[in-house]
Amino acid sequence: MGDTPHRSADAGTGGTRVTEGHPWPAGASAHVAESPVSTGTPGGPGLGGGGALPTARRFGAERAFRGLTFAAGSFVLVVIAAIAVFLIAKAVPALRANTVNFWTYEGWSPNDPEPKFGIGALAFGTVLSSALALLMAVPVALGIALYLSHYAPRRLGTSLGFLIDLLAAVPSVVFGLWGRDYFSGPVGNLSIWLNEYFGWIPLFGGDGPYGASILLGALVLAIMVLPIITSLSREVFLQTPTANEEAALALGATRWEMIRTAVLPYGRPGIIAAVMLGLGRALGETIALAMTLGITFNISFNLIENGGNTIAANIANTFGEANETGRGALIASGLVLFAITLIVNITARAIIYRRREFTESAA
Amino acid sequence: MAKRIDATNVTAYYGAFKAIENINITVEPKTVTALIGPSGCGKSTFLRSINRMHEVLPAARVEGSLTIDGQDIYDRDVDVTAVRRMIGMVFQRPNPFPTMSIYENVVAGLRLNGVRKKSLLDEAAEKALRSANLWDEVKDRLGKPGAGLSGGQQQRLCIARTIAVEPQVVLMDEPCSALDPISTLAIEDLMFQLKDKFTIIIVTHNMQQAARVSDRTAFFSIEKTGDPGRLIEYDNTQRIFSNPSQKKTEDYITGRFG
Repeated sequence: MGDTPHRSADAGTGGTRVTEGHPWPAGASAHVAESPVSTGTPGGPGLGGGGALPTARRFGAERAFRGLTFAAGSFVLVVIAAIAVFLIAKAVPALRANTVNFWTYEGWSPNDPEPKFGIGALAFGTVLSSALALLMAVPVALGIALYLSHYAPRRLGTSLGFLIDLLAAVPSVVFGLWGRDYFSGPVGNLSIWLNEYFGWIPLFGGDGPYGASILLGALVLAIMVLPIITSLSREVFLQTPTANEEAALALGATRWEMIRTAVLPYGRPGIIAAVMLGLGRALGETIALAMTLGITFNISFNLIENGGNTIAANIANTFGEANETGRGALIASGLVLFAITLIVNITARAIIYRRREFTESAA
Repeated sequence: MAKRIDATNVTAYYGAFKAIENINITVEPKTVTALIGPSGCGKSTFLRSINRMHEVLPAARVEGSLTIDGQDIYDRDVDVTAVRRMIGMVFQRPNPFPTMSIYENVVAGLRLNGVRKKSLLDEAAEKALRSANLWDEVKDRLGKPGAGLSGGQQQRLCIARTIAVEPQVVLMDEPCSALDPISTLAIEDLMFQLKDKFTIIIVTHNMQQAARVSDRTAFFSIEKTGDPGRLIEYDNTQRIFSNPSQKKTEDYITGRFG
């Protein structure tokens, strides 16, 4: 194949017309040239080349795709920037008009001639209800996930996993209705019991009424974030390399010891990510909390008395009758919620990053 | 520190599939026994039934009798974790715990046994790493991830992890098949030293390796795919490789089949 012609001249134009008009030399490759619709690279060189190297294409699918993905990536940034600009532009006039301290005032009357509103109680309620919900949901979710991935018979595990995923598909307004009309009863009774026997702990103190409390809201939230944490951690647990599980078992580990030695450490970043997704959902949850909480504007660690409020629930409850300043105030509260979520996520990243040396080599 | 293993009519199943049938072998203490044979002949299955790792797989079970110094390891009253502590295992691919440091990997088995005292753990870690010929290479970076070592070092780390709990028997399932020749040599050297303390059974596809490291060799084979693996011949390594009594063994070791 010594005198194969140079292909660079026509490769530069896109290389699609290589089958026609080539001055193929006589010899080994001649029969290929006679059947022009054979392959993309007819003639002697074959797919692996053999003639001179063709020049790279300047415009092709490779570049187009690269540009497309770059555009998609930048689009996210543009959207985020646009939202931020809009929110800040709306929030600033309301914050200017506020006659009290936005951070410390416990109340929300932005529609008055002298607007008074403060984020303190709302932010506190948001964080408290979400933290409490996670506190209750995470151990249960991890327990379910471990059962499904490592204890249950495979068929049972798959069908139970499917049921858990179904739970995630229930709209939050349904959870809210259920929490408000039904679940508040048992929770109220539990609260009375807690108050009677554990009333000396400030968390469970107070004189009632009980029921539409942070505890109820957090319980409903816990049920809502349970499926997402469960199914994500289940996926993570299932990905534990069999080799590591067997290594632990061969050292004489019981199943639980094997889980502690091999499964949980391996899944740690995944668990953190799952919990953070759950927390994100809990922090932003709106309607279920607007329906179950007692809606007050004070900072209190009391979990069982009627009360509690969150930023998102407050937006849902007061948006309807808000005027210009009122809407600006709500947007300002939304910015604070965004900041809280951001801090939570950065913290989670930092936790994962600290152990990167170990998690990266795990891959 | 080393015990004798007697296998009598050991038959192992994966669900309905019979992987090995009626294996009878006696392994003397402080020897290296090599299991050789073509792929799929049940060497690894037999190896895994010696420390009851076979039953970890779904629907897998073992019949027959396996005793270690006369004690039946498949007895209903025997604690399976105790069996596995007594009979350690090194796997085909190095499998250090990826989230643990070198040190934590070595002491993982001791921690599982409830050893908490730092001085004891330190001592055991150094001893195990020295026995695995790894100490000098890692002593300055015990806190680094075990998965950051080279393949050969990782496999020696896994050997250190296995011998740190001071088992009686060490099973090795093709321990060098993922390693380069130099690392392989290091592990073969190691086996010579470990033989002083442990009974070693090794599965290998490498016949030179079997000839180099083992005292006794067992040749497994199957008639055809789907049939259970059987023990064809079990004898001194030298005899197996120089003057086997079975035609099949000779065919296999001379490369005429398998």
